[in-house]
Amino acid sequence: MMLALSSQLNTYLIIGAFLFACGIYGLLQHRSLIGMLISGELVLSGASVNLMAFNRFLAPDPTVGQIFTLFIMGIAAAEAAIALSIILAVYRNYQSIDAEDLQDLKG
Amino acid sequence: MAQNLLTLEGLAGVVFLAMIAATVGGALVAVNAKRLVRSVTGLALCFTGVAGLYYFLNSPFVALMEMLIYVGAVCVAIVFAVMLAEPRSEDKVGKESGLGALLSIIAAGLVFIGLRKVTITSHWPAAAKPVNHGSLIEVGNSLMTTYSLVFELISVVLLVAIIGALVLAHPGRDKK
Repeated sequence: MMLALSSQLNTYLIIGAFLFACGIYGLLQHRSLIGMLISGELVLSGASVNLMAFNRFLAPDPTVGQIFTLFIMGIAAAEAAIALSIILAVYRNYQSIDAEDLQDLKG
Repeated sequence: MAQNLLTLEGLAGVVFLAMIAATVGGALVAVNAKRLVRSVTGLALCFTGVAGLYYFLNSPFVALMEMLIYVGAVCVAIVFAVMLAEPRSEDKVGKESGLGALLSIIAAGLVFIGLRKVTITSHWPAAAKPVNHGSLIEVGNSLMTTYSLVFELISVVLLVAIIGALVLAHPGRDKK
Protein backbone atom coordinates (compact mmCIF):
# COMPACT_ATOMS: atom_id res chain seq x y z
CA MET A 1 0.00 0.00 0.00
CA MET A 2 1.16 3.50 -0.78
CA LEU A 3 0.18 4.82 2.64
CA ALA A 4 2.32 2.31 4.54
CA LEU A 5 5.55 3.31 2.80
CA SER A 6 6.91 5.12 5.86
CA SER A 7 7.44 1.86 7.76
CA GLN A 8 9.56 0.15 5.11
CA LEU A 9 13.33 0.27 4.98
CA ASN A 10 13.46 0.05 1.17
CA THR A 11 11.60 3.35 0.74
CA TYR A 12 14.27 5.31 2.53
CA LEU A 13 17.12 3.44 0.87
CA ILE A 14 15.73 4.15 -2.59
CA ILE A 15 15.21 7.83 -1.76
CA GLY A 16 18.80 7.96 -0.54
CA ALA A 17 20.02 6.30 -3.73
CA PHE A 18 17.99 8.79 -5.77
CA LEU A 19 19.50 11.77 -3.96
CA PHE A 20 22.98 10.28 -4.45
CA ALA A 21 22.38 9.76 -8.19
CA CYS A 22 20.97 13.28 -8.53
CA GLY A 23 24.10 14.65 -6.88
CA ILE A 24 26.36 12.71 -9.24
CA TYR A 25 24.36 13.88 -12.25
CA GLY A 26 24.62 17.49 -11.06
CA LEU A 27 28.36 17.17 -10.41
CA LEU A 28 28.91 15.97 -13.97
CA GLN A 29 26.43 18.37 -15.53
CA HIS A 30 27.05 21.73 -13.87
CA ARG A 31 29.80 23.96 -15.09
CA SER A 32 29.69 26.55 -12.34
CA LEU A 33 31.45 25.90 -9.05
CA ILE A 34 28.41 26.83 -6.94
CA GLY A 35 26.27 24.34 -8.87
CA MET A 36 28.83 21.63 -8.15
CA LEU A 37 28.78 22.57 -4.45
CA ILE A 38 24.98 22.24 -4.41
CA SER A 39 25.25 18.79 -6.02
CA GLY A 40 27.82 17.78 -3.41
CA GLU A 41 25.36 18.70 -0.68
CA LEU A 42 22.81 16.41 -2.35
CA VAL A 43 25.30 13.53 -2.26
CA LEU A 44 25.93 14.06 1.46
CA SER A 45 22.19 14.25 2.06
CA GLY A 46 21.64 10.91 0.33
CA ALA A 47 24.27 9.31 2.56
CA SER A 48 22.60 10.80 5.65
CA VAL A 49 19.18 9.46 4.70
CA ASN A 50 20.69 6.00 4.21
CA LEU A 51 22.38 6.04 7.61
CA MET A 52 19.26 7.28 9.37
CA ALA A 53 17.16 4.53 7.75
CA PHE A 54 19.59 1.81 8.87
CA ASN A 55 19.65 3.43 12.30
CA ARG A 56 15.87 3.26 12.61
CA PHE A 57 15.33 -0.24 11.29
CA LEU A 58 18.48 -2.30 11.87
CA ALA A 59 20.66 -0.78 14.59
CA PRO A 60 20.44 -2.05 18.16
CA ASP A 61 21.41 1.39 19.53
CA PRO A 62 19.24 4.07 17.87
CA THR A 63 21.45 6.95 19.02
CA VAL A 64 24.46 6.00 16.88
CA GLY A 65 22.96 6.91 13.53
CA GLN A 66 21.56 10.19 14.82
CA ILE A 67 24.96 11.22 16.14
CA PHE A 68 26.62 10.17 12.89
CA THR A 69 24.16 12.28 10.93
CA LEU A 70 24.78 15.25 13.22
CA PHE A 71 28.51 14.92 12.54
CA ILE A 72 27.85 14.73 8.79
CA MET A 73 25.91 17.99 9.12
CA GLY A 74 28.79 19.64 10.95
CA ILE A 75 31.30 18.47 8.33
CA ALA A 76 28.99 19.60 5.51
CA ALA A 77 28.60 23.05 7.06
CA ALA A 78 32.37 23.42 7.41
CA GLU A 79 32.85 22.19 3.84
CA ALA A 80 30.27 24.64 2.49
CA ALA A 81 31.89 27.57 4.32
CA ILE A 82 35.37 26.73 3.02
CA ALA A 83 34.14 25.99 -0.52
CA LEU A 84 32.18 29.24 -0.71
CA SER A 85 35.13 31.34 0.39
CA ILE A 86 37.35 29.53 -2.14
CA ILE A 87 34.71 30.30 -4.79
CA LEU A 88 34.77 33.97 -3.79
CA ALA A 89 38.56 34.03 -4.00
CA VAL A 90 38.41 32.38 -7.44
CA TYR A 91 35.82 34.91 -8.59
CA ARG A 92 38.05 37.79 -7.50
CA ASN A 93 40.93 36.46 -9.56
CA TYR A 94 39.12 35.20 -12.65
CA GLN A 95 35.84 37.20 -12.68
CA SER A 96 34.15 33.87 -13.33
CA ILE A 97 32.98 30.79 -11.46
CA ASP A 98 32.92 28.55 -14.51
CA ALA A 99 35.06 25.49 -13.87
CA GLU A 100 36.34 25.51 -17.46
CA ASP A 101 37.78 29.01 -17.12
CA LEU A 102 40.16 27.96 -14.36
CA GLN A 103 42.95 26.83 -16.64
CA ASP A 104 45.94 28.78 -15.42
CA LEU A 105 48.49 27.27 -13.17
CA LYS A 106 50.24 29.78 -10.93
CA GLY A 107 47.30 32.21 -11.33
CA MET B 1 -7.10 2.56 0.55
CA ALA B 2 -9.73 5.27 0.28
CA GLN B 3 -11.50 4.24 3.44
CA ASN B 4 -8.47 4.36 5.73
CA LEU B 5 -7.38 7.74 4.39
CA LEU B 6 -9.14 9.52 7.22
CA THR B 7 -7.48 7.60 10.03
CA LEU B 8 -4.33 8.84 11.74
CA GLU B 9 -2.15 6.38 9.83
CA GLY B 10 -3.75 7.38 6.54
CA LEU B 11 -3.07 11.06 7.10
CA ALA B 12 0.50 10.29 8.19
CA GLY B 13 0.91 8.32 4.97
CA VAL B 14 -0.29 11.26 2.92
CA VAL B 15 2.15 13.59 4.71
CA PHE B 16 4.92 11.08 4.07
CA LEU B 17 4.11 10.99 0.35
CA ALA B 18 4.21 14.80 0.32
CA MET B 19 7.66 14.71 1.97
CA ILE B 20 8.90 12.24 -0.65
CA ALA B 21 7.53 14.50 -3.39
CA ALA B 22 9.28 17.54 -1.85
CA THR B 23 12.58 15.65 -1.61
CA VAL B 24 12.52 14.24 -5.13
CA GLY B 25 11.15 17.40 -6.74
CA GLY B 26 13.57 19.64 -4.88
CA ALA B 27 16.52 17.48 -5.92
CA LEU B 28 15.41 17.54 -9.56
CA VAL B 29 15.01 21.33 -9.48
CA ALA B 30 18.40 21.71 -7.79
CA VAL B 31 20.26 19.84 -10.52
CA ASN B 32 18.22 20.94 -13.54
CA ALA B 33 17.54 24.64 -12.96
CA LYS B 34 19.12 27.10 -15.36
CA ARG B 35 19.79 29.79 -12.77
CA LEU B 36 21.76 29.27 -9.59
CA VAL B 37 19.18 30.97 -7.35
CA ARG B 38 16.57 28.46 -8.48
CA SER B 39 19.00 25.63 -7.77
CA VAL B 40 19.42 26.91 -4.21
CA THR B 41 15.65 27.12 -3.80
CA GLY B 42 15.30 23.54 -4.99
CA LEU B 43 18.01 22.53 -2.54
CA ALA B 44 16.10 24.17 0.33
CA LEU B 45 12.91 22.34 -0.71
CA CYS B 46 14.81 19.06 -0.91
CA PHE B 47 16.28 19.55 2.58
CA THR B 48 12.84 20.36 3.97
CA GLY B 49 11.59 17.05 2.59
CA VAL B 50 14.60 15.22 4.05
CA ALA B 51 13.85 16.80 7.45
CA GLY B 52 10.33 15.38 7.17
CA LEU B 53 11.78 11.94 6.41
CA TYR B 54 13.96 12.21 9.53
CA TYR B 55 10.85 13.00 11.53
CA PHE B 56 9.26 9.82 10.24
CA LEU B 57 12.41 7.95 11.27
CA ASN B 58 11.80 8.79 14.96
CA SER B 59 14.45 11.51 15.08
CA PRO B 60 12.77 14.90 15.62
CA PHE B 61 16.00 16.44 16.91
CA VAL B 62 17.91 15.56 13.74
CA ALA B 63 14.98 16.88 11.69
CA LEU B 64 15.16 20.18 13.56
CA MET B 65 18.94 20.38 13.04
CA GLU B 66 18.46 19.64 9.33
CA MET B 67 16.12 22.62 9.02
CA LEU B 68 18.33 24.84 11.16
CA ILE B 69 21.72 24.01 9.63
CA TYR B 70 20.95 23.14 6.01
CA VAL B 71 17.91 25.26 5.19
CA GLY B 72 18.78 28.05 7.59
CA ALA B 73 22.55 28.31 7.29
CA VAL B 74 23.97 26.46 4.27
CA CYS B 75 21.34 27.60 1.77
CA VAL B 76 21.52 31.20 2.95
CA ALA B 77 25.33 31.11 2.71
CA ILE B 78 25.06 29.79 -0.85
CA VAL B 79 22.60 32.58 -1.70
CA PHE B 80 25.12 35.12 -0.38
CA ALA B 81 27.84 33.56 -2.54
CA VAL B 82 25.55 33.73 -5.58
CA MET B 83 25.00 37.42 -4.84
CA LEU B 84 28.72 38.13 -4.47
CA ALA B 85 29.94 36.01 -7.38
CA GLU B 86 27.12 36.49 -9.86
CA PRO B 87 28.13 35.14 -13.25
CA ARG B 88 28.01 37.95 -15.78
CA SER B 89 25.94 36.30 -18.46
CA GLU B 90 23.39 33.54 -18.30
CA ASP B 91 25.06 31.28 -20.81
CA LYS B 92 28.21 31.07 -18.71
CA VAL B 93 26.26 29.03 -16.16
CA GLY B 94 24.92 26.83 -18.94
CA LYS B 95 25.12 23.10 -18.88
CA GLU B 96 27.11 20.69 -20.93
CA SER B 97 25.19 20.01 -24.08
CA GLY B 98 24.64 16.95 -26.21
CA LEU B 99 27.01 14.12 -25.53
CA GLY B 100 28.09 15.37 -22.10
CA ALA B 101 24.51 15.59 -20.83
CA LEU B 102 23.72 12.14 -22.19
CA LEU B 103 26.78 10.62 -20.51
CA SER B 104 25.91 12.34 -17.23
CA ILE B 105 22.40 10.93 -17.30
CA ILE B 106 23.74 7.46 -18.14
CA ALA B 107 26.29 7.56 -15.30
CA ALA B 108 23.79 8.78 -12.71
CA GLY B 109 21.16 6.34 -13.95
CA LEU B 110 23.57 3.41 -13.64
CA VAL B 111 24.44 4.44 -10.09
CA PHE B 112 20.76 4.68 -9.17
CA ILE B 113 19.80 1.40 -10.81
CA GLY B 114 22.73 -0.40 -9.20
CA LEU B 115 21.99 0.89 -5.70
CA ARG B 116 18.28 0.12 -6.15
CA LYS B 117 19.04 -3.43 -7.23
CA VAL B 118 21.30 -3.95 -4.23
CA THR B 119 18.59 -2.54 -1.96
CA ILE B 120 15.85 -4.77 -3.30
CA THR B 121 17.79 -8.00 -3.61
CA SER B 122 19.63 -7.84 -0.29
CA HIS B 123 18.31 -9.60 2.75
CA TRP B 124 18.58 -7.22 5.68
CA PRO B 125 18.86 -9.09 8.97
CA ALA B 126 16.13 -8.21 11.42
CA ALA B 127 16.93 -5.64 14.06
CA ALA B 128 18.19 -6.76 17.41
CA LYS B 129 16.18 -5.56 20.37
CA PRO B 130 16.90 -1.84 20.77
CA VAL B 131 18.76 -0.94 23.94
CA ASN B 132 17.06 2.47 24.19
CA HIS B 133 14.53 4.62 22.40
CA GLY B 134 16.96 7.01 20.73
CA SER B 135 15.41 10.02 22.45
CA LEU B 136 17.10 13.39 22.72
CA ILE B 137 18.28 12.72 26.28
CA GLU B 138 19.98 9.49 25.23
CA VAL B 139 21.53 11.16 22.19
CA GLY B 140 22.94 13.87 24.46
CA ASN B 141 24.23 11.34 26.97
CA SER B 142 26.16 9.29 24.44
CA LEU B 143 27.37 12.47 22.72
CA MET B 144 28.95 13.51 26.01
CA THR B 145 30.28 10.08 27.03
CA THR B 146 30.97 7.59 24.23
CA TYR B 147 31.52 10.14 21.46
CA SER B 148 33.03 12.98 23.47
CA LEU B 149 36.35 12.81 21.58
CA VAL B 150 34.60 13.12 18.22
CA PHE B 151 32.52 15.96 19.64
CA GLU B 152 35.64 17.90 20.62
CA LEU B 153 37.27 17.07 17.31
CA ILE B 154 34.38 18.46 15.27
CA SER B 155 34.48 21.66 17.32
CA VAL B 156 38.12 22.07 16.29
CA VAL B 157 37.18 21.34 12.66
CA LEU B 158 34.49 24.01 12.74
CA LEU B 159 36.84 26.52 14.35
CA VAL B 160 39.48 25.88 11.68
CA ALA B 161 36.82 26.17 8.97
CA ILE B 162 35.65 29.55 10.30
CA ILE B 163 39.20 30.91 10.49
CA GLY B 164 40.04 29.47 7.08
CA ALA B 165 36.95 31.02 5.50
CA LEU B 166 37.82 34.39 7.00
CA VAL B 167 41.42 34.19 5.76
CA LEU B 168 40.40 33.13 2.25
CA ALA B 169 37.65 35.74 1.82
CA HIS B 170 39.37 38.54 3.72
CA PRO B 171 40.68 40.93 1.01
CA GLY B 172 37.12 41.99 0.15
CA ARG B 173 35.30 42.02 -3.12
CA ASP B 174 36.51 45.42 -4.36
CA LYS B 175 40.23 44.66 -4.34
CA LYS B 176 40.47 43.86 -8.05
